[in-house]
Amino acid sequence: MDTTEKGYDYLIALAGNPNTGKSTVFNALTGLRQHVGNWPGKTVERAEGSFKDKGQLYRLIDLPGTYSLLATATDEEIARNFLLFGHPDVVVVVVDSTSLERNLNLVLQVFEISNHVVVCLNLVDEAARKGIKIDVDQLSHDLGVPVVPTVANADKGLNDLVEAIHEVASETTSTDPRHFALNREISEVVNELSPYVKKVMGELPNIRWVTTRLLEGETTIRKALENGELMSPLSLNKDTIVKNNTNKVELEKLFNIVDNEASRIHGSLYDQIVTSIFVDAETIASKAVIITEIPKRNLDAKIDRIVTSRIVGFPIMIVLLMGVFWITIVGANIPSKFLAAGLFWLEDQFTTLFRFLGAPYWLEGLVVHGVYRSLAWVVSVMLPPMAIFFPLFTILEDLGYLPRVAFNVDRCFKWAGAHGKQSITMCMGFGCNAAGVISCRSISSPRERLIAVLTNNFAPCNGRWPTLILMTNLFIATAFPQAVSSMVASIMMVAVTLVGMLMTFIISAFLSRTLLRGESSFFVLEMPSYRRPNFSRVIYTSFIDRTIKVLYRAVVWAAPAGAVIWILGNSYVGGESLMAYAANALSPIGLLIGLDGIILLAYIIAIPANEIVIPTIIMGYMGTGIITQPESLAQLHALFVSHGFNIVTAICLMLFSVLHYPCSTTTYTIWKETKSAKWTILSNIIPLTVAFIICFIVAQSLRSLGIG
Amino acid sequence: MESSKNSEYMTLAELKVNQIAVIVKLLVQGLTRRRLLDLGLLPGTEVKAMLKSPLGTPTAYEIRGSVFALRPEDASKIVIDLLHEDRED
Repeated sequence: MDTTEKGYDYLIALAGNPNTGKSTVFNALTGLRQHVGNWPGKTVERAEGSFKDKGQLYRLIDLPGTYSLLATATDEEIARNFLLFGHPDVVVVVVDSTSLERNLNLVLQVFEISNHVVVCLNLVDEAARKGIKIDVDQLSHDLGVPVVPTVANADKGLNDLVEAIHEVASETTSTDPRHFALNREISEVVNELSPYVKKVMGELPNIRWVTTRLLEGETTIRKALENGELMSPLSLNKDTIVKNNTNKVELEKLFNIVDNEASRIHGSLYDQIVTSIFVDAETIASKAVIITEIPKRNLDAKIDRIVTSRIVGFPIMIVLLMGVFWITIVGANIPSKFLAAGLFWLEDQFTTLFRFLGAPYWLEGLVVHGVYRSLAWVVSVMLPPMAIFFPLFTILEDLGYLPRVAFNVDRCFKWAGAHGKQSITMCMGFGCNAAGVISCRSISSPRERLIAVLTNNFAPCNGRWPTLILMTNLFIATAFPQAVSSMVASIMMVAVTLVGMLMTFIISAFLSRTLLRGESSFFVLEMPSYRRPNFSRVIYTSFIDRTIKVLYRAVVWAAPAGAVIWILGNSYVGGESLMAYAANALSPIGLLIGLDGIILLAYIIAIPANEIVIPTIIMGYMGTGIITQPESLAQLHALFVSHGFNIVTAICLMLFSVLHYPCSTTTYTIWKETKSAKWTILSNIIPLTVAFIICFIVAQSLRSLGIG
Repeated sequence: MESSKNSEYMTLAELKVNQIAVIVKLLVQGLTRRRLLDLGLLPGTEVKAMLKSPLGTPTAYEIRGSVFALRPEDASKIVIDLLHEDRED
């Protein structure tokens, strides 16, 4: 088939256990040519990218990391369905060299489904450090497919990997994947059934696998046979298959025989299959793995003992978090100032230009004071902290520290009746709540997944960090002497983050005791080896994936929002601007919860993107009062104070920012993920109610104490 | 060791940090059983308790070269035979 028809020459699936560096391989191969695409099986979005080699275009699909393809949990089903129904030309299984045996478990399962497999033996450097050497030729011989050693985060071995992919895809290298030995009883039954399956499916490499799945009574496989999804690609014209009724008779016959035969097998088929696979994996691994030396001390275990220690485990967490905030706050100040000065100087030039050209006042206002100024604000306020915060966060992520955090706080989630993986989805939420909501797919129990989805909003995301950082800088830090101000500000940031986490626990507990009653289900957390973060990957992930994307979104939304705000602020009805009308109407509610009308209005305008809350507030204040360009933080502070802003407003604004409701993108994602209007509405109403209650209590108690 | 406990068998949930045991059988069916098996927790497999969370649970175990944390309610479904204590550190 040619490129023009499909848009690529070869379709490559990337499978692997979690924590094998699979996404590093994906990023290293595809670079910036990535996007999220939709693939058959289920409407599931997978990271997808492409790369070119020797004039040929390879499309690469990153499958979810799984330990197995057998269990019927969402992630496994996605990976498995793509291998089955996506018809990849080559499946690359990324394997962690430090625990070959465990990883071979998945490799042997992939072999059951696909013939064209390349094993990417990743992290060989880490294995060498642990005294493990792998005989690549032996392994390749025993597996029957090419094995390529790589160190993906140092870009080593990737050319060989591409070469191997090409050879297998173009069938210049033939593969003969090893099929694990089934015990006699099962293989007899399978052999008897296979001809019947073949009759329905056509000649395919995964007949044995389909047969065992049928014997286990897996309904998805039965359905796939019924609707023709499991046919060999040659007969993939679905319309003809569905209309073709002769198959129906054959299928009925097959299912009857399967049900009869299944009763012949003693004990659990699943247990026996898993055992057979592990026995095989053990044999293969023991032949290929050469232990060169046993390291005297296990550094990982030593570090773990400290970071999960009863005494210093939690203090270390708090200090690390504080450190990240402190560096961000201190480091962002100066570039923020420069950027603001530069961008607002540019605004003056624009104003001069517009006046010189004789542009009407409204046009100058709309373009310069509306659109441009809010863009300038978003860039100067958000870019520096993001450019510092995200790399730091990515370093913690790459080091492997986050699973340790999950380990430390797991008991809180258990108390809340929530799934342990919710700590991971919460961490994802710190980046972006929409991403956090999507990551909840890894939780297989629907009840616990909903809890994780509904509470993800309490993890302050990218769009909200700048608001939080600005508020601490303006009102918390300035209330303290210079020497300690940035320290106090970081403590404040930690406190706000902890409030978000606390609300996550409380609301999860509330949900699992009321609307979503139940116990938490099985949970396993892998604690991978610590890894030295790869500099270029940190830069890549934090700048391209996070900073630029978030900034882009903010800019895209800030421009129209800027125009809307300017229009609201400059359309007068009966001597008052529309903005003033709206703000006045909202003011009583705002004041009750420690905010004001403009802030609430800003939150309504900022529903599409939290990033523009601050610019909207600024413009609201400027539109209704003195027109200055807030060139420095001091001027900004003065602007806020002149509108009655004080420390209580700042604290309530921060709390409101952490709690309120998810942005429209996240809400849309929640709807897509839950397909339920009820839960989508609740995902907004619950946090909004919490935000109002908490802000009300805090505002009223602080005021009664005479603060603010 | 745990002789004061008068239950006939010991479960993984009772394994203390640094102790090594071998898995005897799994007392659970369904998806949880599959999950445990997928991790390689098969009868005959050696496990070592590595870490305990500062809040008391979960506990992290070394299983076939990787470290996994399990909650006590899941670990208590795994019957073990205590082998010995690792006193290297």
